[in-house]
Amino acid sequence: MPRSVHKGPFVDTHLAKKVERMNETREHKLIKTWSRRSTVVPDMIGLTFAVHNGKKFIPVYITENMVGHKLGEFSPTRFFKGHGHARTEKSVALK
Amino acid sequence: MARIAGVDLPVSKRIDIGLTYIYGIGYWSARNILQKTGIDASVRVKDLLEEDIVKLRETIDRDFKVEGDVRREVSLSIKRLIDTGTYRGSRHRRGLPVRGQRTKTNSRTRKGKRASIGRAKK
Repeated sequence: MPRSVHKGPFVDTHLAKKVERMNETREHKLIKTWSRRSTVVPDMIGLTFAVHNGKKFIPVYITENMVGHKLGEFSPTRFFKGHGHARTEKSVALK
Repeated sequence: MARIAGVDLPVSKRIDIGLTYIYGIGYWSARNILQKTGIDASVRVKDLLEEDIVKLRETIDRDFKVEGDVRREVSLSIKRLIDTGTYRGSRHRRGLPVRGQRTKTNSRTRKGKRASIGRAKK
């Protein structure tokens, strides 16, 4: 079931604060975050986040099309390297 | 011949069912259309009056997105998921189930015919 509309999109407050500050100062620094559960809101367009995937931070540049998705959707937590064989060039490239 | 939105409707079925042969119209919207046009749902397609068919056509053109338009919308949404680099997009790209279903077994609808080990999938 989707979230009630009247609550508005969920964004972790610590992240929302950072985004607000970024937009005020017009400075576009990488925002490191673990908050994969936060929704992408229009204020974030043009910012770059480093979203934790459990191991490292994946840089995510926010475009208009991403609004409404969660940050975690852009930071895959698993890398499938294929079955069998030792590692091939292709599987390494995917990483 | 009842031809609406580029689709031939099945002649001997009730019109509420017949309309669902159009891509983008399910039973619910079919009932909705019939209500708007004031046509009885239990009429067979072959017994429809010419003016009713015209009315149906107009209503569908005006208020409903059907056939090519829906197909385009769907493929655009999928393309958007893929282009923005989402997890769901990557599932679409690999032809695996998108909504978190198990893939250890089953998922044959998405994965297609069983392939022997060493599936050469990119």
